[in-house]
Amino acid sequence: MKSSNQVEIAAGIFLLLGIAALIFLAVEATDSGGVKTGETYEVNAYFTNVGGLKPKAPVAMAGVTLGRVASIELDQESLEARVVMKIDSRFDDLPSDTSASVLTSGILGDQYIGLEPGGAPDPLADGDRILLTNSAVVLEQLIGRYLFNSDEGSE
Amino acid sequence: MSTAPAQTWIVMAVRRLGNAGVFLLTALGGMKCSFFHAGETMRQIYYIGARSLVIIMMSGFFVGLVMTLQTYDTLNRFGAGDSVSTVLGLALFKELGPVLTAILFAGRAGTAVAAEIGLMRATEQIDALDLMGIDPIERIVQPRLLAGFIAVPILTLVFNFMALLGGVFFAIGMMGIDPLTFWGNMQNSIGLWEDFGTGMLKAVAFGVIASWLAVYFGWTAKPTSEGVAKATTHTVIATAISVLLLDFVLSALML
Repeated sequence: MKSSNQVEIAAGIFLLLGIAALIFLAVEATDSGGVKTGETYEVNAYFTNVGGLKPKAPVAMAGVTLGRVASIELDQESLEARVVMKIDSRFDDLPSDTSASVLTSGILGDQYIGLEPGGAPDPLADGDRILLTNSAVVLEQLIGRYLFNSDEGSE
Repeated sequence: MSTAPAQTWIVMAVRRLGNAGVFLLTALGGMKCSFFHAGETMRQIYYIGARSLVIIMMSGFFVGLVMTLQTYDTLNRFGAGDSVSTVLGLALFKELGPVLTAILFAGRAGTAVAAEIGLMRATEQIDALDLMGIDPIERIVQPRLLAGFIAVPILTLVFNFMALLGGVFFAIGMMGIDPLTFWGNMQNSIGLWEDFGTGMLKAVAFGVIASWLAVYFGWTAKPTSEGVAKATTHTVIATAISVLLLDFVLSALML
């Protein structure tokens, strides 16, 4: 039989294990914590429509995730959506005329921002604005346009 | 003729439920804070909590593994394989974690508690305590109840953690899902309070149910070897049914 001391130490370790699991799950697996990334820099872009894009959506170039969407808000002057992206500092030599589009992964997948590299020699720096943007394709508008066009064609 | 036995059966069931309720309230009402009780509760936390870790961790890991395997396969048919972490997290934190932990706890620790108290009754240890002027409810029932209340939520957390580990192992390690996407999707869609918090609330409720029933069936066991056997069986059956029933009620209330 184990001594009472050892039993209590084991029970204490068990309680600590519970607290550790609680903190890990609460921070890593829910919306309370931020994604742990290393050094990042911020660029922003204006879209006429971001569709279903959400904060923390991936920012990818050629299918490789480079960073995350930090925030999405309406710009009061231009009435466009201002999307701030945090991009990993390892990728600090993206051309300054890179273009951004809101894309969807698969038919039912989440929306993300896809970057297309340009050809300018100087790189994007922290706080820069991406000038060339493509808004999200809204399925209803697409279907509406298709129906409208086919009606015209049949007449 | 058929109504008479049905009536007595219902009356018996209601009486037993009331008896169990009174038992729980008596045990909780007489709760005293003292150094001795804390020590005994810690010892019980070790016996019914820490000693259940192996089964909880193994089950959690494999549940997470197979959940991810099946969900990933299904989602991939719709081209939404990246959402696997969302489904895994929601199903795990809200349903599977609390429910499976409570049922495993009933099988691993609930039976042990019921058999222990039942045997104490059968070997007249409880009567002996009573004769010595020690309140057996305070000495035997309360530490086990309290330990169960504390252990089940902790075991649920460990179960969730291990299942998530299983999911990470399969999704990131074997299927090559991007870790940033995996964690990002999960953090996007799982709310700290509305998903994780309500799941833990369930775990607390199940902890109360599981330890209450185990202690109650042990306490009221007939002092025979058959009585002890029945008490352990009843503990598992009653805990499994009431946990699943309560799970439905709580889920409906919290949605």
